[in-house]
Amino acid sequence: MHASAKSTSPDNPFAKRKSHLEFYELLTKSILRGATYLILFVTASIFIHIFIKGAPVIFQSKAPFINTKFLTELPETLHILQDKQGKIYETDPKGSDIIKKELGSNLRQEKTMSYSGGGILGPIVGTVLLVVGCMIVALFLGISSAIYLSEYAKPGRFIEMVRLAILNLSGVPSVVFGLFGLGMFVLTAPVITSVPHERSLLVIPLGFSNLSFQGWDTSVLSGAFTLAFVILPVIITASEECLRAVPQGFRETSLALGATRWQTIWRSVLPFAMPGILTSSILGIARAAGETAPIMFTAALAFKDKLPWQGQSGFNGVFTESVQALPYHIYTLAARIPKNEYSERAQYGSVFVFLVLVMSLAMASVLLRKKLRAKYQW
Amino acid sequence: MVTAAPYEPKKKQIVDHLAPTAVDKTFNSKATAGEEGMISVRDMDFNYGAKRALHHIQMEIPSKQVTAFIGPSGCGKSTLLRCFNRINDRIQGAHIASGQVIIKGKNIYDKDVDTTSLRRQVGMVFQKYNPFPKSIYENVVYGLRISGVKKKADLNDACEYALKSAALWDECKDRLKQNAFGLSGGQMQRLCIARAIAVKPDILLMDEPCSALDPIATLKVEELILQLKEQFTVVIVTHNMQQARRVADLTAFMYLGELIEFADTLTIFSNPQQLKTEEYIRGQFS
Repeated sequence: MHASAKSTSPDNPFAKRKSHLEFYELLTKSILRGATYLILFVTASIFIHIFIKGAPVIFQSKAPFINTKFLTELPETLHILQDKQGKIYETDPKGSDIIKKELGSNLRQEKTMSYSGGGILGPIVGTVLLVVGCMIVALFLGISSAIYLSEYAKPGRFIEMVRLAILNLSGVPSVVFGLFGLGMFVLTAPVITSVPHERSLLVIPLGFSNLSFQGWDTSVLSGAFTLAFVILPVIITASEECLRAVPQGFRETSLALGATRWQTIWRSVLPFAMPGILTSSILGIARAAGETAPIMFTAALAFKDKLPWQGQSGFNGVFTESVQALPYHIYTLAARIPKNEYSERAQYGSVFVFLVLVMSLAMASVLLRKKLRAKYQW
Repeated sequence: MVTAAPYEPKKKQIVDHLAPTAVDKTFNSKATAGEEGMISVRDMDFNYGAKRALHHIQMEIPSKQVTAFIGPSGCGKSTLLRCFNRINDRIQGAHIASGQVIIKGKNIYDKDVDTTSLRRQVGMVFQKYNPFPKSIYENVVYGLRISGVKKKADLNDACEYALKSAALWDECKDRLKQNAFGLSGGQMQRLCIARAIAVKPDILLMDEPCSALDPIATLKVEELILQLKEQFTVVIVTHNMQQARRVADLTAFMYLGELIEFADTLTIFSNPQQLKTEEYIRGQFS
């Protein structure tokens, strides 16, 4: 005799019982799984799309296998000339003049595509400068305040309010930070100058020179400070956590050996918290690299034909000049010029390079964490 | 007090027989108050916030001897120990409510006392061995580096002296540059002792130094403590009454934040004057 398939079969006390619960179980599982796979699908399609379209711009089949021109030239206008036989010439502005002269009356038409020629060296340099500047400012301010909050400040109402304020900072939209940066750093931050600008809000004579509240203009410095404030909450929170993870015993031992508070922090707290602080901060910095709104008003230009150090101020230009930045460049390419076969190269190429840069930052953070975790175990 | 009578003759026997010197020393050093290494606690009350943790502590800890604090958990023995180098200052709301702690003739809770220079002269070893994740050498010379010693030769000498004093030199003289975390638990605790004595304090405070160690490592640390008392005044907090008996010249019994009895170890263990002490020593409560 076969065992009864009925759910109430006496010889299988653990048989499945049909009920509405089973249906809900299935439904819930499908929804959860669907949500996960949807995210996976979106992520994958972004990456694959950009890779397929962008990789051919950067990589080539001939040695050196990388399109160095795209990475080492500044963006320029692409000129497309067509002669009456239907032959098409793609060239830069200079080449266009020569070809026009050669063709003479044989020229049928000329099209120009802004930003589509040349490479993206300008935006890459700008982004690197902004990220490095932002990293220095944010790490200094963030770690200092994290040390104060977790090591010096007496816990209480006021400090809790300060913490809350810092957390709230992360909820501020980045465009608001951009406007804050415009008002604060671009237009009012103090400079030491012998010739104050006429828009200066306040000039304090120092004898040898003047302290003028006239702002830093649209510059790398303004952009770096603005970006730093965008990621400060992340850095402060992460740093505080890492500082708290260092055993209290280290502090007590150090103090018991006659160290001052700062000696204790410098020699036996910070070194062991630093790996964690750095790795978590890199993630914040990767975010800063991708921000467009905060730098739109403070540092970035849509187009600039010089690298920052090629201007009048020489090397100081890396602080005081405005720059092109990758995220803003991508926005410009996407929104300001028509999408066609000629502009696609610059558009996808830039996005691809940008993605690779940010991903390598994130990857570096993960690797660094893994390595340092193994080194500092207690 | 009822039980005091039958113990009386026993005490005399033991004192006369086995360790007359210990007792003599105690009384001698008590006579010379103000000697280096002497800790004198005068009617001290200590608070954690509003909560009183220590009541009217009054004691004279003699120089170059081992003094043990025993008592049940939470009786305040660690708090008292941590008053001697003011490491309690770290704790929010912890403060001395009244009285004095006098070390080398100076009340260490006076306003003009610098805690860093106090702690250089009153070293401390903690319950959980906690070397820094640095090399053995760097661990030992940590205290010297923070006090500004830069000469390589001085650091090397101090390192050798401290490790020899802590009976660790032979075991790790060839691996000074290796990470301290490669040592065993007992070795790490002795390294922490070496680190504390490298700055040559007068007084060495030990907060349950053996509670995280196995019996063999414990024995080694105890031997070390007996050697250390030739150079330092040692004050040790311990859970282990046998340990107090083995290493201490004097023993203080504390209960609920009060110092119940303080006398030489033999008296405490053979002829306690207080009922509470006797009950505790007999294991009637813990």
